[in-house]
Parts: sequence; structure tokens; C-alpha cells
Amino acid sequence: MGTLHTINKSPFERNSFATCLAHASAGDVILMIEDGVVGARKGSSFAPALAAKLSSCAIYALGPDLAARGMKPEDVLEGVKLVDYAGFVDLTTEKARVCAWL
Amino acid sequence: MSDENRKKFLYINRKAPYGTIYALESLEVVLIGAAFEQDVSLAFIDDGVYQLMANQETAGVGMKNFSKTYRALGDYEVRKLYVEKESLAERGLTAENLMPIVYEDEDEDYAEKPSLIFVDRSEMAALIQTQDVILSF
Repeated sequence: MGTLHTINKSPFERNSFATCLAHASAGDVILMIEDGVVGARKGSSFAPALAAKLSSCAIYALGPDLAARGMKPEDVLEGVKLVDYAGFVDLTTEKARVCAWL
Repeated sequence: MSDENRKKFLYINRKAPYGTIYALESLEVVLIGAAFEQDVSLAFIDDGVYQLMANQETAGVGMKNFSKTYRALGDYEVRKLYVEKESLAERGLTAENLMPIVYEDEDEDYAEKPSLIFVDRSEMAALIQTQDVILSF
């Protein structure tokens, strides 16, 4: 079952995102929401750290939060999947627990 | 409370005390969970380890010193306080910088036992996987 990790802070603002990556186990899901979607952008200095986690975890970003910040699907790191709010709900039901990184 | 209604609650604390209200609010919620006889564990990660510092003196900042509450948690059956070793080391801290926190073991003639459990990052990640409910502060 594993854990759904939600991250709502930019990796450029504080260390929450790095701590999230460090505590997500293989088979877990990571979902970027709110300012967390800043970490999804292709070509950023954070992208290599996120890309490295793709081999062990499924990684998602919330589409409406990307759009609100002027980012398009093609701006997102390859391998990161987009979900809408209904997809967010589905992820919470698929995993055994939710761990929010603030 | 029957075992089927008893869940494993993990409270993750990642912020230093006094700068924001998170640490104090976490303590309040921990005590509520304990009152409902849940299986409560606390995790101290990143700046959260500062909540456990010894010798907190808050008179100068005009705020209530709530650090003594951590030492009373044992009386509320909250006896598992997991501290991440890497978070201490990154901040130039060691276990000796933290308050001694103990509980009385009623099964062993009320012998005092340590509540602080020092774990590395991978052990903390594994701990998360064993929980029913996680509350983050």
C-alpha cells in the first residue's frame, strides 16, 4: 500500500521538499501541491534530485496549481505525471496513509 | 479501548519552538490523541529537534516555556519520541544537548526508562510506513 507524501512548499523556500524525498520509501507516491509544484519545473536546479527519486517513487503534480503559476504540462520534468483534484482524491484512497510535508 | 479502535498516530515535528506556533499546537494535539488512548509516537526531524533542547529559557522573549510538557508526556502514555540522528548532526547538536525525558514503567516497579529513541533517517522512513495516521507540524 505505502504512503502518499504531499509537499506544498517550494524547494527554493525551505527544506521540506528535500526532507520529503529523504523519507519517501520505494513504492510510495509523492504529490506536489500549492507552492510544491515549483519543484516540478524542468531545468531547475532541483530537477536532478526529483528525477533521481523517479526510479523508486511515482511522482505527481497537481495541474491546477501548475496552471495558476503559469506553468504548462510541457514545462514539467519528464516522468512527473499530472493529476486534477479528483486524481488527488484517488491517490489518497490508493495509499495506506498520507504524510504531509509542510 | 478495544484494540480495533486503537490506531497508530505519528506526530511529525519539523519546526523549532517559539518562532511559530507549530510546536505548541502539536503538543496540544498529542495530548488530545493520548486522552483517546491511541498508540502515539512523536518524530522530531529537521529544526524540530530544537523542541527538545535542554535549558530553554523563555523569560527574555516573553513567551511561556512549554518544554517541561515534553517531560510530562510519559504520564499520558506517550513514551516513544523518535529523534533523527542526521537532523541533530546537521545542526551541530548531539543527544547530550537534549532534555532527559523518561517514563515510569509500571510493569517493572515504575523504573524510569528513556522516552527518547534515536534513529537514523532510513529508520525514520520505515517508521512512517508502520503508521495509521500521520499529523504534521
